[in-house]
Amino acid sequence: MTTNDNTTVKITTNLLSPTIDLKRRYRAERWFKRLGLSAIVLALSFVAFLFFTIISDGYSAFTQSYIELDVHFAEDEFTNENLAKANFPALVKESMRAMFPKVKSRREKKQLYSLISPAAAYRLQEIIEADPKIIGTTLKFWVLADDDVDMFMKGKIDRNQNEDNRRIRDNQLTWIDKLIDDGRLERRFNWTFLTSGDSREPELAGILGAAKGSFLTLLITLSLSFPIGVASAVYLEEFAPENRWTDLIEININNLAAVPSIIFGLLGLAIFINFWGLPRSTPVVGGLVLTLMTLPTIIIAGRASLKSVPPSIREAALGVGASKMQTVTHHVLPLALPGMLTGTIIGMAQALGETAPLLMIGMVAFIVDVPAGITDPSTVLPVQIYLWADSPERAFTEKTAAAIMILLTFLVTMNSLAVFLRKKFEIKW
Amino acid sequence: MMYTYLLPCILLISVGAYFLGTSRANALAEASGGVRSLHSLPSHYGMFTALNSAIPALLVFATWKILEEYVITSTVTRSLPAEFLQISANELTLVLNEVKNVAFGGFASDNTTQAIQAAANQYVTTMNWARNLISVVTLCCSIIPAVLAYKIIKKDLRARNLVEGAAKTFLILCSAVAIFTTIGIVLSVLFEALRFFQAVPFSDFLFGLQWSPQVAMRADQAGSSGAFGAVPVFVGTLLIALIAMLVAIPVGLLAAIYLSEYASPRMRTWAKPMLEILAGIPTVVYGFFAALTVAPLIRDIGTSLGMTVSSESALAAGLVMGIMIIPFVSSLSDDVIHAVPQSLRDGSYGLGATRFETIRFVIIPAALPGIVGSILLAVSRAIGETMIVVMAAGLSADLTFNPLNAVTTVTVQIVTLLVGDQEFDSPKTLVAFALGLLLFVFTLFLNFVALRVVRKYREQYE
Repeated sequence: MTTNDNTTVKITTNLLSPTIDLKRRYRAERWFKRLGLSAIVLALSFVAFLFFTIISDGYSAFTQSYIELDVHFAEDEFTNENLAKANFPALVKESMRAMFPKVKSRREKKQLYSLISPAAAYRLQEIIEADPKIIGTTLKFWVLADDDVDMFMKGKIDRNQNEDNRRIRDNQLTWIDKLIDDGRLERRFNWTFLTSGDSREPELAGILGAAKGSFLTLLITLSLSFPIGVASAVYLEEFAPENRWTDLIEININNLAAVPSIIFGLLGLAIFINFWGLPRSTPVVGGLVLTLMTLPTIIIAGRASLKSVPPSIREAALGVGASKMQTVTHHVLPLALPGMLTGTIIGMAQALGETAPLLMIGMVAFIVDVPAGITDPSTVLPVQIYLWADSPERAFTEKTAAAIMILLTFLVTMNSLAVFLRKKFEIKW
Repeated sequence: MMYTYLLPCILLISVGAYFLGTSRANALAEASGGVRSLHSLPSHYGMFTALNSAIPALLVFATWKILEEYVITSTVTRSLPAEFLQISANELTLVLNEVKNVAFGGFASDNTTQAIQAAANQYVTTMNWARNLISVVTLCCSIIPAVLAYKIIKKDLRARNLVEGAAKTFLILCSAVAIFTTIGIVLSVLFEALRFFQAVPFSDFLFGLQWSPQVAMRADQAGSSGAFGAVPVFVGTLLIALIAMLVAIPVGLLAAIYLSEYASPRMRTWAKPMLEILAGIPTVVYGFFAALTVAPLIRDIGTSLGMTVSSESALAAGLVMGIMIIPFVSSLSDDVIHAVPQSLRDGSYGLGATRFETIRFVIIPAALPGIVGSILLAVSRAIGETMIVVMAAGLSADLTFNPLNAVTTVTVQIVTLLVGDQEFDSPKTLVAFALGLLLFVFTLFLNFVALRVVRKYREQYE
């Protein structure tokens, strides 16, 4: 024991070989480093997991199941002058019956008809109205299948499950199999999703209405927040005297940047809607609320970018006789503009993803029509995602995830544009 | 019909005024030996004329826009037959709405009386008459000042100073928008909240243990008396925020320390933006993720371990919110750690400390105020976060501290109470504004403290 102790003491004094103490310290060092690395890995794997779930949930929404029908436009159905009065659902049902002549009982017939989306009848009506000459002929059409059939085609309904637990019955399964064998049931690219408004039927629901609503709202936001934001940044950075008024404005801007977004919704509800009497659920109110929300972001980015313009530029301009205003508008502002644009794009991206304040001002209404102007009731992409996520139908889950994919695509594009602008116009003084 | 094109007209006139002003200035300059002899550039004289034309016209137009509704309805109300003058304000609003429908829609429903039809006609004539008058007045206000301004253009008119003064006023007004926003927030939340506190005492709201804001329709209805004790809501909010911070603080802080102290510059350049992605994802996406992926996952794990887990557990919402907040903590702390002077690190290394020891005994103590500030900011984020909790946390206001139960939060209650049809005279709607007021005051307090702490800390090393 004694000799051992002696050796330890000896080693301690030798700087070139590590002591037990030093080993312990190095071990702690390594552990800490690993801990930090694993925190980053953990955070990044959250990102990966999030994207993975959303893409795996959502990619299937870009296809939709269609069923091919042989529709006979019997002349006696179209005796009425008004073509829209004809019984189009009956035409669809008849062609379904013709495909499966063995189906006789009332209950089975009902199950058979439910394979087809109610939209099929509207499609026939459109076709007839476009070309009435086809009356009396038999034509082949691909029409939308019901959302349950679609879910089955996408493997989201398990055929091995007990019949009572799944939304597709056994005899419906045999019909579906027959349709697939005949080549009359297939998945095609889902144009409906990209070109139509909201619907209660998942197979008819699309995001165009919400996307247009988002576009109009952002248009208002951009056209108000960019000029106001740039002007206040210029004032605060270039003109404002150092006094309490300026301090007050600065404190206000910093605090507004951190106020919860839902509070801005309360402001919009109480002031823009109840007090000013602007129409509810419209892009104009949404745009105003989002303007107030994004202003702090734009002002703070704008000030940073004005600060980075070296004072020598200002001194040179002033030296050759420019006024303060001319110095700013002719020299400082053009140099700071790329940075301001970057900040604006980031602010717009925030506004595009914002949901909570828009719920407050009634943009959650169920709106089928694509909005035409800024005073039409409309919804926006994130709110549409919220609405669909709340819908009980299974098929809306994939629509939600697909809408998220589209929203994220827009956001990624905007942010990359901001990064690109920053890289391209960045000036190293 | 001039009214529809009034704004473009004003714009056109001021553009014209600009060119007239410029050409007059040029003519003056030519007469007296070049632009040098003028006080300002010709374009300044142009702007001077244009502003003189546009500003008064726009002011008149804006004033009319604000007053229009009031002026016309009050004229129509006065013209209504005597029997309408006795009815209550609410009924009068209905009558006026019908008058407007008839006036604009042109359709008369079956029970449209003679009086309403007459009032609608009156409405249309009054409006047309008023709009024509306003068009003429606005155009006069646009042309006459422009002509006057044109007349007074002289060699030594200080046009530049006047124009720049106007521009500066515009800049000041724009920067005051921030103040107006704050005032707007305070007023809009405060007034409705005060109306609520007239119906329900402040102490009952702040300390009551029972929350069920659905007010009974009838007095004798059972089990829905409308209780406004907000404590369960506060507890739910704090519980979820606590879970979120338990995720975000360690992960965010460790990530920040690793990135600023250990990572190579190359790793920094790609890992930092990757982390920022988490901050850029819209909260509704996190809500979807929490409600459809994380909550079922936690419930399944809990059930397999033999625990009863609510399908809308506080844990799911808190976890996902924590993930969302990681980048806030990490980027703010990263800035703070970066601000610690290199000399402190060098001194510590010089004494033979390892990196870990330097971080633990030098950098963290030095950066602590800043780190605390960034955590406070993150807490205020967590408390004000709405979509994740709306989608993943429930509505049940049970007073519980169990993270596996469903809880509700301030923001969830605001959303539920205010989405859909609102009646602005029932405490059920007004309580949302009281909650909003509390949320605003509390987050404002947190932000204020956090910003002060961070600023003070920065000054220490500058």
